[in-house]
Amino acid sequence: MKKLGVCLFFFFLLINCTSKEEGIYTPISYNLEIPILFSNKLIAPIIPSNNPLTEEGVALGKKLFFDKILSGDNSQACASCHNPQNSFTDLQKFSEGINGSLGSRNSMPLFNLAWNFDERFAWDGKELSLERQALEPVKNPIEMHSNWIIVAQKLQSNFEYPNLFLQAFGDSKIDSVLITRAIAQFERTIISGKSKFDKFLIGEATLNIQEENGFNIFMDETKGDCFHCHGSNNNPLWTDNKFHNNGLDQVFTDLGLGAVTGDTNDNGKFKSPSIRNLAFTAPYMHDGRFTTLDEVINHYSEGLKQSNTIDPLMKKVNQGGVQLSTQEKADLKAFLFSLTDYDFINNPAFKE
Amino acid sequence: MKKIISFLISLAILGACSGPNEELTTQVSIKFLHNWNDTPILIRDLNTIKFTNANGELLSIERIRYIVSNVVLINNENEIYELSKYQLIDFGDNEVIINADEVPLGSYKLSFIFGFTDRDNTDGIYQDLNSNSFNVPRMLGGGYHFMQFDGKYLNENNQETGFNYHMIRAVNGSDTNNQVFQDTSFKVDLGVISIANNDEIKIKTDLSEWFKNPNTWDLNQLNTLLMPNFNAQVLMNQNGKSVFSLIQD
Repeated sequence: MKKLGVCLFFFFLLINCTSKEEGIYTPISYNLEIPILFSNKLIAPIIPSNNPLTEEGVALGKKLFFDKILSGDNSQACASCHNPQNSFTDLQKFSEGINGSLGSRNSMPLFNLAWNFDERFAWDGKELSLERQALEPVKNPIEMHSNWIIVAQKLQSNFEYPNLFLQAFGDSKIDSVLITRAIAQFERTIISGKSKFDKFLIGEATLNIQEENGFNIFMDETKGDCFHCHGSNNNPLWTDNKFHNNGLDQVFTDLGLGAVTGDTNDNGKFKSPSIRNLAFTAPYMHDGRFTTLDEVINHYSEGLKQSNTIDPLMKKVNQGGVQLSTQEKADLKAFLFSLTDYDFINNPAFKE
Repeated sequence: MKKIISFLISLAILGACSGPNEELTTQVSIKFLHNWNDTPILIRDLNTIKFTNANGELLSIERIRYIVSNVVLINNENEIYELSKYQLIDFGDNEVIINADEVPLGSYKLSFIFGFTDRDNTDGIYQDLNSNSFNVPRMLGGGYHFMQFDGKYLNENNQETGFNYHMIRAVNGSDTNNQVFQDTSFKVDLGVISIANNDEIKIKTDLSEWFKNPNTWDLNQLNTLLMPNFNAQVLMNQNGKSVFSLIQD
């Protein structure tokens, strides 16, 4: 009788434990679809061990990315300045915050962020991870102008969010850490790798003569010499994700990386942006100074300005630039547009 | 019980067998230390025009990255221990170290290849180097840079001017239908070293040698657009052979 009692005691104890475990939802691991060209040519994307991608985390991050609840007056979402239709940037030189204030940097397009191996984000590299980057715009007074305590409270009192956080992170207590983790998860799924040129590289498309000539100009050290900073057929990111002074100014009004590192040798250096999807991302450069791609090409051809920190890769600065002919410029432009990824901007996974 | 005794006996026999024949091994690390002649170059020395080359030109170093491949130790029995198939050395990364485990203690010859031999210089196959944008355009034969050494020098008019001392496999492309290539990688023999416990091998990389020996490099003549310059690549190959040496503690 005693034995039976002990057995029953442990049986109920076991049942009790099991029910508790059943209450904790285990999120489903997210299968990141990596383009074949990326997996063939590049090292693995960076996914932090403390923030693995899950179906629930990515879905929550997407919802947050498009939700205006993150801003002080519920009028702006991340997507307001990072519109999927524009390769996750906007058409403005400087984006407007909730109070109508303008920033001083052009909104950066967002894609292939998990392949930024140095994990320095933003034009000046001041953000050292996607999670940390996501902290900034919410509290920036000229952007979303809120604060994280209020945002967390708003989300906590929302009828939907607590359960979504519970499913994604096993915790329904919402704070800035979990919010930014979710947004970063979504951002890591934003991948662009299906442009015409990508398809050409895997044998699924053919370039026309002008695009082919343009690619050769891009890769020719004696012509465009763009490949040292902007990738190649072997680096489908089309950026080195490094910081360079590309000869925009003789005198700097914006120190860029220099203001972050405090090293005057970094003054005037900004991140090389990817040259994918340029058809959607005008205006160009960190300050949106060029409204067309022609202006950008003209800059490198004959508009370079000398300064102390100009990159030695801007080799013909003393002649103003690489001196392309009108035909060469047109060919280069045609090649650049072959990196336009319509599948990307029309991907329903990236729409609200 | 019987089973346990058998197991313990087997274990004892196994232990006895492996004991006397067990090779003593250690971890070995290789560090590349960069110098200008005999003066160490530190990260804070980058970007400042402060070095004088053999031709008398003042210059700065802004970026220096290069490949060493087939880094091997060869013992007296001609057995080869590969420490690294290849490694990108980036001076900006500060501590550049090649680590290898389980190297038997003893005496070895240490050598590596600067760059890639033609056999290993296959276009696009190294994902880490692609990710580091270290490729060479296919129009120049593809494969990888052996070195990217960028900086500025004061030209004849005392103007700061960029140089791109980029080394690749030499290509003569004057006839686009019949390009001529020359393998400009070279073997660096660093002599005999003795590997003891947890050894750190220090290799001196004297960057001034790229401009000095045997060819005095004139930056006013050879500064940029050197990748398609066959003769410049051959000169780099010749000058590179005196760049590396072993630092004896």
